[in-house]
Amino acid sequence: MQQNAFSSEPIVSLRDVQKSFGPLKVLDGVSFAVDRGEVLAIIGRSGSGKSTALRCIDRFEKVDGGEIVVCGHRVDRPDVNLRALRQDVGIVFQSYNLFPHLTIEQNIALAPCAVKKMATGQAKELARKVLAQVGLEEKLHAYPEQLSGGQQQRAAIARSLAMQPKVMLFDEVTSALDPELTGEVLKVIEQLAADGMTMVMVTHEMGFAKSIADRIVFMHRGKVHETGPASILTSPTTPELIQFVGTGNLKS
Amino acid sequence: MGGHLNVNHLIFLGHGALWTVGLSVIALVGGGIVGFAIALARISPLKSVRLASAAYVQLVQGTPLLVILFLGYFGLAAIGLQVSPLVAASASLTLYVAAYLGEIWRGSIQSVPKPQWEAAEGLALSRTQRMLKVILPQAIRIATPPTVGFMVQIIKNTSLASVVGFAELMRSGQIVNNSLFEPFVIYAIIAVVYFAMCYPLSLFSQRLERRMGRGRVNLAPA
Repeated sequence: MQQNAFSSEPIVSLRDVQKSFGPLKVLDGVSFAVDRGEVLAIIGRSGSGKSTALRCIDRFEKVDGGEIVVCGHRVDRPDVNLRALRQDVGIVFQSYNLFPHLTIEQNIALAPCAVKKMATGQAKELARKVLAQVGLEEKLHAYPEQLSGGQQQRAAIARSLAMQPKVMLFDEVTSALDPELTGEVLKVIEQLAADGMTMVMVTHEMGFAKSIADRIVFMHRGKVHETGPASILTSPTTPELIQFVGTGNLKS
Repeated sequence: MGGHLNVNHLIFLGHGALWTVGLSVIALVGGGIVGFAIALARISPLKSVRLASAAYVQLVQGTPLLVILFLGYFGLAAIGLQVSPLVAASASLTLYVAAYLGEIWRGSIQSVPKPQWEAAEGLALSRTQRMLKVILPQAIRIATPPTVGFMVQIIKNTSLASVVGFAELMRSGQIVNNSLFEPFVIYAIIAVVYFAMCYPLSLFSQRLERRMGRGRVNLAPA
């Protein structure tokens, strides 16, 4: 099978990625790789380039230089097949971005029907299944505005899952939620990790990153400043990371 | 003097009023179809298409409708295309309405929050699918109140078609007045009829706008 041939290849790899917004250099030679089944957490201050790095993986930002390979797609090339790439990559945003004019079921079934040409009945079955996965079965026919923030975010995760991505990207998915609702979303992500989903997440939840991530990438001024297993959060070596974890709360 | 206002005059005015409605519908449908194309062209990924449609909008919005009507009627005749007042008025109003509706609808499409586009893109939907299934359903809700409001402008502007001899309400009034010479009474009647057509639409537009305020469309996601 194709998967076996690539099993040693990382699912996501960035090499010396450069990106500027005008005169501002946001990514300055960023490199990291994510293996199959691995959970990578990108942490860092606001403006360190962590969200930009994540968005480059799904080509929501075009890079100026360097190489990005995601599930065999050369994302840095202008001729990359975006629709094929985005079938392999699921992305969940800070602001949920559910479609307000559609029910949760329709939100979830939309892409499988439109992109994968799945039959409506089958897509509804799938919607039920992924909603059960995030514990929201009873909200199948609700509209997004009728859900709490945490429920909306779980529905957004379910919507991504329905496309059966090979890797999922989470862009500060709990930043808009209060602590109580954050917990229910993190629990869903934890379950995904336990099921072996490959994930890259930008997060401010240090405790969560420590407990779930196989590897941490600490970004500082557009560079990967320190990287290693989750233990670097408890025993950081660079002064910047020491200061960063010192300001965050590491209770967990 | 030509006698008194009688029921035949009123029937004649009634016909004119029907033509005002007819011309308004033609302008709305024609202008709507062309305007939708203009709205899409204004946000096209192709720069040349964006520039051409923007130039069209600027050109029409910067020209009085009266001039467009004269150009349509006398201009086309001058280059050998003899057109009836109905065709000239319909074509001119269509071009005019298209420029305005195109802009209203472009704005509505663009006021759907950008993250909605990104979410649809992230789900691998094609540009057409994103537009049809995600953006347009939300844009239509945003566009409805200003579009209904603009219909009032269309109805009032059809009165200008009287200058090319098209017998809508205004022209009918002029014709009746030419025989009766009672301008105040006749134009007062005409004003009331225009008002009776426009006011319900204005009210409807206002009501739609109020309803939008607590609608399902969330313009500022958290």
